Amino acid sequence: MKDMTDGYVTADGRQIGPVVMEMKNITLRFGGVEAIKDISFDIRQGEIRAIIGPNGAGKSSMLNVISGFYVPQEGEVWYKGSRRPAMKPFEVAQQGIARTFQNIALFEGMSVLDNVMTGRLTNMKTGMFWQSIWKGKAEREETANREVAEKIIDFLEIQAIRKTPVSRLSYGLKKRVELARALAAEPSILLLDEPMAGMNVEEKEDMSRFILDVNDEFGTTIALIEHDMGVVMDLSDRVVVMDYGKKIGDGTPSEVRNNQDVIDAYLGVAHD
Amino acid sequence: MAHTLVSADGPQSVPALLHRNAKQFANAPAYREKEYGIWQSWTWAQTRDEVEALALGLLELGANEGDFIAIIGRNRPYLYWAMMAAEMVGAVPVPLYQDANAEEMAYVLDHCGARFVIAGDQEQVDKVLDVQDQLTQFERMLYVDARGLRKYDHAALDQYSAVQDMGRKARDTHIKELEARQAKLDYDSTGVMLYTSGTTGKPKGVVLSNRNIIETAKSSSAFDKLRQTDDILAYLPMAWVGDFIFSVGQALWTGFCTNCPESADTMHVDLREIGPTYYFAPPRVFETQLTSVMIRMEDASRFKKWLFDKFMAHARKVGPAILDGKSVGAMDRAKYALGELMIYGPLKNTLGLSRVRVGYTAGEAIGPEIFDFYRSLGINLKQLYGQTEATVFITAQPDGEVRSDTVGVTCPGVELKIAENGEVFYRSPGVFVEYYKNPESTADTKDAEGWVATGDAGFIEEGTGHLRIIDRAKDVGKMANGSLFAPKYVENKLKFFPNILEAVVFGNGRDECTAFINIDLTAVGNWAERNNIGYASYQELARHPQVMDTIQSHVEEVNASIAEDEMLSGCQVHRFVVLHKELDADDGELTRTRKVRRKVIGEKFDDIITALYDGSPSVSTVTEVTYEDGRKGSISATLEVRDAKVFADTRKMAAQ
Repeated sequence: MKDMTDGYVTADGRQIGPVVMEMKNITLRFGGVEAIKDISFDIRQGEIRAIIGPNGAGKSSMLNVISGFYVPQEGEVWYKGSRRPAMKPFEVAQQGIARTFQNIALFEGMSVLDNVMTGRLTNMKTGMFWQSIWKGKAEREETANREVAEKIIDFLEIQAIRKTPVSRLSYGLKKRVELARALAAEPSILLLDEPMAGMNVEEKEDMSRFILDVNDEFGTTIALIEHDMGVVMDLSDRVVVMDYGKKIGDGTPSEVRNNQDVIDAYLGVAHD
Repeated sequence: MAHTLVSADGPQSVPALLHRNAKQFANAPAYREKEYGIWQSWTWAQTRDEVEALALGLLELGANEGDFIAIIGRNRPYLYWAMMAAEMVGAVPVPLYQDANAEEMAYVLDHCGARFVIAGDQEQVDKVLDVQDQLTQFERMLYVDARGLRKYDHAALDQYSAVQDMGRKARDTHIKELEARQAKLDYDSTGVMLYTSGTTGKPKGVVLSNRNIIETAKSSSAFDKLRQTDDILAYLPMAWVGDFIFSVGQALWTGFCTNCPESADTMHVDLREIGPTYYFAPPRVFETQLTSVMIRMEDASRFKKWLFDKFMAHARKVGPAILDGKSVGAMDRAKYALGELMIYGPLKNTLGLSRVRVGYTAGEAIGPEIFDFYRSLGINLKQLYGQTEATVFITAQPDGEVRSDTVGVTCPGVELKIAENGEVFYRSPGVFVEYYKNPESTADTKDAEGWVATGDAGFIEEGTGHLRIIDRAKDVGKMANGSLFAPKYVENKLKFFPNILEAVVFGNGRDECTAFINIDLTAVGNWAERNNIGYASYQELARHPQVMDTIQSHVEEVNASIAEDEMLSGCQVHRFVVLHKELDADDGELTRTRKVRRKVIGEKFDDIITALYDGSPSVSTVTEVTYEDGRKGSISATLEVRDAKVFADTRKMAAQ
């Protein structure tokens, strides 16, 4: 791979910046099970980075390490040039890392708008006291937050369901609302856990378009886990391939596609 | 500077009207658009400034007098301003149908030789970029919404707001020139060019002068007593003459406010929020609204349903009479007032029609039941008859003389005459200048004295002076036995059934009439759901035996009603099929305004028509379809041909 100390330029002409997050020799165990074994990789400013692998490869565990939900037994997470100590997920969120979930985790009884607004919670500064009085700065803050939420609603084209309770939406739309909520936090890194799982072709195309647009419009760095190989190869700039908790490949989609270990992991190997 | 543009007879151009409004109604809202969940509004003074900034920017980009500037996108204030800015610099605005595909756009853009295109968003930009190699005069494109366009090559592409900024910066350089160009505009200069949807052949560019626009706006506003405080919702295609006259012509003349919805999907919510006082919709919109109300009432509790039925029956009885100001008994009035409180008021509110003072429907015939439903609620829904060549208005129904079977009396300043063959001709200040680059068609349509052929056959009713339209003149034909054939008349009767979306009747020069029928997926789908009938696709539902039975009963009902009409009893439908696909503008079967293209359909489904006439019980066919993104595919199906009962016709029996 070419030297990329200060970033690189992608095939479609986007400038990718320096490393914002680096995983150094991460190992994660659950009792005797090693979910992640000594994995290192980095995520660069502005890139779309995919983590792929067969079922049980440890992809979701990896994402949970990045989001701070799991603390690895070994290894270091470096974020924006410094080592990140063990943190609670909300502290990670405050650092500008937002995520969506594989199994949609929205507030079903609340409207789309309210759900998106919850994404702004980490950006709120007024405390419970001011919020309950509801004058002055709490009100101004809510207005500002609403503006951000509305811009995202407009961006993801969900204006028509703004006031609809989430429970009434289709699966594809719920996924989009989740993305909206994650974006509402104005993250510098967005983690997407299987954003296309369970979608039909049209919904997948829409979601891919939105992911590219988010990256393009807001310059958000995106790390995503995805099963659908076609989608991953089209969307991402660089791909990490995992199998049985180990990293077996890392590079551009075409490099990864031609990697023998990756082919073996996906297609299987002949045993004598 | 505004006063310099206004002659003794009042403002002589669209920009002059804008300057007048910016002065006279400076702080009144002119345009509103819902964005980011909030209605953003611009006063007339702000609108003038926005338009002027864009016009100055266009000068900076080198726009010349007489240039054509194409405008493509959904209804947004920015695009209405673009039309006005184009006129300010002496260019001609040409709004295009936003759902047209790239090839259709290529034809129009090339025909008018547009140098500039002002597009709404990436979708429209992409379409123009796709065909730009075919366009010799195209130079630059402006876009409103930057989304997704960041990475595009900006050598010949600018953001709308950037051009406005450019214009504001270069104000000192160009303002004199801009004023000079506006001063040159008068009643005879071109105000806009609109392409007709083209029921037959290629679209034609209808050139409308400032006289056409302003005179029409003036007389029609007076006819309906429009006020400066009125509100309209602009949601119909910008390329359609009606939208231009309502949202630009009349809006400028009376100074009322034009409201643009947030997106096509939110139109209904936006309608409720704005509560327009002046509202226009094609029959389809009213029909869809009524269907959805009826479907929802089916789900209501029994008491509510009972209440609804009871009061609606009363409304049908006395509602229209009350609306027309006729005398109605005190008891009935009291009951109607109670209904208004309990049913009609809340229902109108749900529909977003509470504040409507003047509502119009046109473009197609509206079913009497639908029409009466809205009128009985106290909504002043009326019909008008018009076309692009007349700058919309030919006839309209005055308050108090509204009926579902006529299209009203002549609008102020309009003269009518009926030719030998029944074709309707008119002459008015709204009559178009010419078809652009098409003198033959112009001469065919408009004679030396200014009479224009509408292409519709109709007659003026004795006594009332109301015009009644029967059909397109060229579609009216003769059956083999010499009796009159008026397909539209029969099709409209069929389409009045909620289950039937579209119908095409054949029979010109033949012994008997036959029909293609499209089911309405919403209505029939809902029925299927209620009766536990499973279906996977439109095609499957369309050929379900029970659906066929229902459609057959509708056809027979229509036959029974046609049989009573002495002149048209030969038009009864003997055999019909329910088509396996919806007729679609993307496949060229309908125009963009959803009018049936008989010739295209006749050629495309030739095999099915043959089967309708050779007595075969079914027909297998393969049809090519075009998807929204332009890809092509095909669907094959076997259609059942049904015989419908026809009713005794005494005349015919005697002849045999």
